[in-house]
Amino acid sequence: MSPHLQVWRWHVTMACSILHRGSIFALYLGAILLAGWAVALASGPDHYACYTEVVGSPLGKLVLFGITVMLFFNLAYNVRQAFWDLGYGFTPKTADMTGVIAIAFGVVAAVVVWVIAGFTGALS
Amino acid sequence: MSKSSSNFRTPRSRAQGLGSAKHGVGHFMVERVSALASVPLVLWGVFAGLRLAGSDFEAAAAWIAQPLNAVLLSLLLVVGLIHLKNAMQVVIEDYIERFATKSALLLLNLFVSVLTGALGVFAIVKVALTGAI
Repeated sequence: MSPHLQVWRWHVTMACSILHRGSIFALYLGAILLAGWAVALASGPDHYACYTEVVGSPLGKLVLFGITVMLFFNLAYNVRQAFWDLGYGFTPKTADMTGVIAIAFGVVAAVVVWVIAGFTGALS
Repeated sequence: MSKSSSNFRTPRSRAQGLGSAKHGVGHFMVERVSALASVPLVLWGVFAGLRLAGSDFEAAAAWIAQPLNAVLLSLLLVVGLIHLKNAMQVVIEDYIERFATKSALLLLNLFVSVLTGALGVFAIVKVALTGAI
């Protein structure tokens, strides 16, 4: 583990950076789950039912919700990075603010999507 | 290296083979372009996921049988995997120092991402062309 983790004071931009690295692992799993869904579908009704049973279980839903949060966070973070590439958003105040926005967007957007899923009956 | 022998080498000859391998820019551009390209695809993917979450086998197969859905889903998977493969590569290069371990993990990352993409796209195309079994 990098030594700077013990020396540095925790702050939003640092948490964002670490979360972003974490989100890569979560989304990697998400991509494998997505491909697995297609493979299960191509394998016939029995395999598809098996897949939806596992992913639709309470634990599977928890994992999917986590992936949704990380997905939206990663999306916002990438937009943030695109502005950095153009040379904007480097002042500490702005970087802190966009970091908070990225984390908040990840959580809020994921909750909104899952609430919509609950209302449309997708969760049952 | 003794001082006299280094005097005969030009600065260029001493620098050659050291430092940047000039591969960084390409990696960086792929990472940024794939990130931005995945934004609309991800939003579409979430929308599609909401529609498909409660559906059964027949409905899911019929959904993939529509060409636009099959193409966009394949693109989402491939663009996402290109982005994630490059992102994971940077994480491995940053944290793993031992050459053998690093090389093994980089190869594993490459194989897992390519295999996931190949399996996923083939499955999508199969369902799209042959429909529900």
